Amino acid sequence: MITDTGKKKPEADIAQVEINKYDFHTEERYVYKARKGLDEEIVNQISDLKGEPDWMRQFRLQSLKIFQSKPLPRWGGNLDEIDFQDIYYYIKPADRQGRTWEEVPEEIKRTFDRLGIPEAEKKYLAGVKAQYESEVVYGSLREELAKQGVIFLDTDTALKEHPDLFREYFGTIVPPSDNKFAALNSAVWSGGSFIYVPPGVKVEYPLQAYFRINAENMGQFERTLIIVDEGAYVHYVEGCTAPMYSSESLHSAVVEIIVKRGARCRYTTIQNWANNIYNLVTKRAVAYQDATMEWIDGNLGSRLTMKYPAVYMLEPGARGEILSIAFASRGQHQDAGAKVVHCAPHTSSRIVSKSISKNGGRSSYRGLVRVQRGAHHAKSNVVCDALILDPHSRSDTYPYIEIEEDDVLIGHEASVSRIGEEQLFYLMSRGLSEAEASAMIVNGFIEPLVRELPMEYAVEMNRLIQLQMEGSVG
Amino acid sequence: MTDVLRIENLHVSVADKPILRGVDLELHRGEVHALMGPNGSGKSTLGFAIMGHPGYEVTEGAIWLNDVNLLELEPHERARLGLFMAFQRPVAIPGVRMADFLRLAASNMRNPDRQEGEELIPMRQFRKELLEKMKQLRMDVEFARRYVNDGFSGGEMKRAEILQMAILKPKFAILDETDSGLDVDAVRLASQSIAEIGRKEMGLLIITHHDKLLEHNPPDRVHVMLGGRIVETGGPELAQELHQKGYDRIRAEHPEAAEAERAMRAETAQAP
Ligand SMILES: Nc1ncnc2c1ncn2[C@@H]1O[C@H](COP(=O)(O)OP(=O)(O)OP(=O)(O)O)[C@@H](O)[C@H]1O
Ligand SMILES: [Mg+2]
Repeated sequence: MITDTGKKKPEADIAQVEINKYDFHTEERYVYKARKGLDEEIVNQISDLKGEPDWMRQFRLQSLKIFQSKPLPRWGGNLDEIDFQDIYYYIKPADRQGRTWEEVPEEIKRTFDRLGIPEAEKKYLAGVKAQYESEVVYGSLREELAKQGVIFLDTDTALKEHPDLFREYFGTIVPPSDNKFAALNSAVWSGGSFIYVPPGVKVEYPLQAYFRINAENMGQFERTLIIVDEGAYVHYVEGCTAPMYSSESLHSAVVEIIVKRGARCRYTTIQNWANNIYNLVTKRAVAYQDATMEWIDGNLGSRLTMKYPAVYMLEPGARGEILSIAFASRGQHQDAGAKVVHCAPHTSSRIVSKSISKNGGRSSYRGLVRVQRGAHHAKSNVVCDALILDPHSRSDTYPYIEIEEDDVLIGHEASVSRIGEEQLFYLMSRGLSEAEASAMIVNGFIEPLVRELPMEYAVEMNRLIQLQMEGSVG
Repeated sequence: MTDVLRIENLHVSVADKPILRGVDLELHRGEVHALMGPNGSGKSTLGFAIMGHPGYEVTEGAIWLNDVNLLELEPHERARLGLFMAFQRPVAIPGVRMADFLRLAASNMRNPDRQEGEELIPMRQFRKELLEKMKQLRMDVEFARRYVNDGFSGGEMKRAEILQMAILKPKFAILDETDSGLDVDAVRLASQSIAEIGRKEMGLLIITHHDKLLEHNPPDRVHVMLGGRIVETGGPELAQELHQKGYDRIRAEHPEAAEAERAMRAETAQAP
């Protein structure tokens, strides 16, 4: 049974109906739900249930120790209210993964129907993974891609079916010791995507994963590993939503990406978390010679997001791009940004960040550009623009630049603007309501970024912004 | 009965500074009125006040569209009743395409009760209409894809304002120096286009320092504003006289308004 948790107003306007598109709760009928709280027993349980090799169990237990020993970060946002013992760390929603939607439990299938996933799959995707709570409940990949050797699996299955490839890369880009939440994810990870694209193979349509949290006090800890071999190309897209509850849930993913010589990887995130989600994610890619890594990151919703997708450019000619949009409304803090590390000569990077704050929301750009000694002729350009919609809202910029080489070209521009009365009046004098006018100005503000998205995602992005602007969210 | 826009004893202040000091004007649909007057006399202020700019505070008087009290309405509600102003200085909206902006605006104008999020004019139908209008105005089709007034040349902005008027088909239009910034040919074209768009369908208030825009739109009335008031109203011959001789006679015959003008200028000069 699916119940709407969003309280309907009598005048159920379009915006309200649209919000309910995400804000609904599906009755819980789980195959397995671990008790609340985190300790060795829970970690062992997860590993037992998954029937993992011993090295993974040891990796998890070791990571738990690291998690327990590390203090909470004192920068970024306020993490003090997370009660780590009041969270479910593992919920298994279904016996097995469906290869067709018919094989997915009816209620969960209906959830994804409502989110429009099967429809998108038919129209423009090369493959889909749908994760519900802790496990991937549906997976597909177009046959011709499988024939070319492309692997698109949930991460648990990949560990079983491709143990060597998996072990070669897993945890090498984001080690558990990297930060407290990477350690947490390493201890209790479940689900996520594993992608391998063989040399020279170009995956024309996007591969998409959709992450849905349904239970209250849930922790979702997917783990994604993408390897793009020499000269190959892939565009991976992830979407995330959850219903609104009064208590907090935690989403803490780790994403590791390896882009080999001459390859290109584009990773697009469009997340629209409910306002009770702590979203603390570590995303990092390494790019080898002449390889390109692009992160496109749309951060909407959540109570606090701390996320700084990173690109390490390890060999000459490598390129990193991070384009991000953050929207903070009432009760929300988006602490988002980017990190680029130039480790080799003739590497280049570009960071474009656009943030919007509204109704007392707070958005921060936090970015690091590092040029290591020897990385001469490195080029980096950073542009961060903030748009503040009212006097209660806030925007901050924390740009860090560390340069150990002389012969480099670094550009940094930052701007903060408020929606101008003159712009609003001009549009309103043409018959646009104030809400329509500010939505239009905001859409214009993010347009340079949205333009880079494939059409379907651009439409989705604009629609989500529209929803935020109509103000019923938050 | 024709629609009528009626302005009665209008007093307007900007940042607590009185600018308009009792303006009366009655414009019927189908009429053309010219509004002239020296720089800073309050012509644009009158336009902003009619459209409902929040920074222009009406301290006394009234503005009526037929029997609707416009002072109670927001700018977009006034627009949807059929009011339009071509701005003297149009505002840039970066990232917003002309076509998208105009489609939303036209959808609202044609369905004044339209709520946010409700359907727009079908894309295809609107595109066709837009391209036709642009062709009429001899505008490059590329224009539809450009961002609203962003990086437009002075002349392009004015043409874009006329295009908007052509699409939105208002009942009353205030053209605030739509001829300034246009080259000789463009002014002639603009003048013709305004006539074609339907001079007879609209009530036009043409604010201008020149006579070219009036060529194809001969005014029924010419008003002269000085120091925040309309001090004289006449026929086309009044416009002729001002073009040839300037405002000396007006100032001499209306010493009180001329004094107000001097005071306003002095104050502006002192402003930080
Ligand atoms: N937004 C504003 N802020 C401050 N002063 C203003 C503002 N708008 C108008 N004024 C002042 O009001 C007076 C009238 O200005 P207005 O723009 O109406 O003149 P105008 O007749 O249109 O002049 P022009 O022929 O130069 O366009 C001027 O002194 C001007 O400085
Ligand atoms: Mg003016």
